[in-house]
Amino acid sequence: MSDLASSEQYNYKVVRQFAIMTIVWGIIGMAVGVTIAAQLAWPVLNFDLPWFSFGRLRPLHTNAVIFAFGGSALFATSYYVVQRTCYTSLFSPRLASFTFWGWQAIILAAIITLPLGYTSSKEYAELEWPIDLLIGAVWVSYAVVFFGTIVKRKVKHIYVANWFYGGFIITVAVLHIFNSMALPVGPLKSYSMYSGVQDAMIQWWYGHNAVGFFLTAGFLGIMYYFIPKQANRPVYSYRLSVVHFWALSFTYIWAGPHHLHFTALPDWTQSLGMVMSLILLAPSWGGMINGIMTLSGSWEKLRSDPILKFLIVSVSFYGMSTFEGPMMAIKTVNALSHYTDWTIGHVHSGALGWVAFISIGSMYYLIPRLFNREIYNTKLVETHFWIATIGVVLYIAAMWISGVMQGLMWRAINDDGTLTYSFVESVSAMHPFYVIRFLGGALFLTGMVIMAYNLAKTIAGAKPAVAEVPVPVAH
Amino acid sequence: MSSLMHSIWTVIVFIVFIGIVLWAYSGRRKKDFDEAARLVLDDDKPLSSENKTNKQNSEEQS
Repeated sequence: MSDLASSEQYNYKVVRQFAIMTIVWGIIGMAVGVTIAAQLAWPVLNFDLPWFSFGRLRPLHTNAVIFAFGGSALFATSYYVVQRTCYTSLFSPRLASFTFWGWQAIILAAIITLPLGYTSSKEYAELEWPIDLLIGAVWVSYAVVFFGTIVKRKVKHIYVANWFYGGFIITVAVLHIFNSMALPVGPLKSYSMYSGVQDAMIQWWYGHNAVGFFLTAGFLGIMYYFIPKQANRPVYSYRLSVVHFWALSFTYIWAGPHHLHFTALPDWTQSLGMVMSLILLAPSWGGMINGIMTLSGSWEKLRSDPILKFLIVSVSFYGMSTFEGPMMAIKTVNALSHYTDWTIGHVHSGALGWVAFISIGSMYYLIPRLFNREIYNTKLVETHFWIATIGVVLYIAAMWISGVMQGLMWRAINDDGTLTYSFVESVSAMHPFYVIRFLGGALFLTGMVIMAYNLAKTIAGAKPAVAEVPVPVAH
Repeated sequence: MSSLMHSIWTVIVFIVFIGIVLWAYSGRRKKDFDEAARLVLDDDKPLSSENKTNKQNSEEQS
């Protein structure tokens, strides 16, 4: 260990900004989610207001939780991790600052345009073309800052978390640019450059890799830094982490067609998507084992450390949803699950259990360090953990039951070949599960509010931390 | 022709991946990888405050 420090300081400002906005957007995005869950259970809550109706608010919810909450968590952690593991400050602080303000401007634009009904109608890529252009500019700047920092690193090796972040940044740039290709016909109206089944295939090539790289590779970057740090142990197998990275990169990109089973997409493409989705199980579980086994030999830390609970349980949910995903990609299973609530349950076991949990864990780690304070109340972190866990379990269990029930009701056929149930009978059967889902979501949101209170108390009156870049330890 | 190129490309990518696996698991890489894994734990400051936090937590629990 070295007491020598260069005079250089880490750029924590942009990390702080993104970290705080992670909490803010998390609460807003999840509050919109709870609102639309309530609207599904009690449709009167749409109030006959077009801008407040489920159809307008649902893309606002998905954009806010994925890109505002998840995106801010990725910006914050990647800027922190790349500096710390490269023993150098951020490349171009001004460009980094532009990525923060640009990203916030994009989110505000989404909050205004989506309820007003401006949408390109592509799922998870609803924003219209001027906003798409700004996303492109911010994302390229992000890449310049991130890779610029890698280039000026003071250590030879590029730590594995940075590979995951780097893969996520490059792939999302490619996905966003190609999927957003469109012909503008007005200031907020455009038509996709692709048509018919090609458009669908490009959309789900984008859509599934947004899951694979935005919601997976990026957050695996978080896993590979924050679990070893919080557990104070090196990652279980570094060589497995290298294989994990390349296996994910080579496989994920093929899995998109499983979103289009039994559509106009050519049959061979559907089968290929199914097979590649099944193969994906191997790297996913390799990574999960690597994350969890990092604790091997000091499992007792899980009992006393609620932050570690968040991180490790998140990886368990990652394992669970990456098992469920390939199963649902099998065509015969998909015939039952597609277009039902099972899909919503699957998405939320990934989004709440994996993505939100690991973001929450990393924020509990990060924010006290960014302000040089201890967490105000560790017991409240424990409370948050349990409330959030009960919330996720209620949510996904309700959606599993509701989804399988829907699928079975829709395909039930009488002896004479007529449908056993009318559609509206399946709708009314879903009602109790929609109420349970609302309760689960409300619990999860409550946990986020507890977190905001705890962290606000933590940083109240604190001065921003100043950290000098240490000199790398010679081996 | 282009489908042949796609097939060749797929095989090349597969071989590259096998190469990466063999490289990652070769004995010569072990020392470097162990060092790389330690890299994140070696930067002084957060580590010491972390030990303190952990200790405090376990004291609170007991």
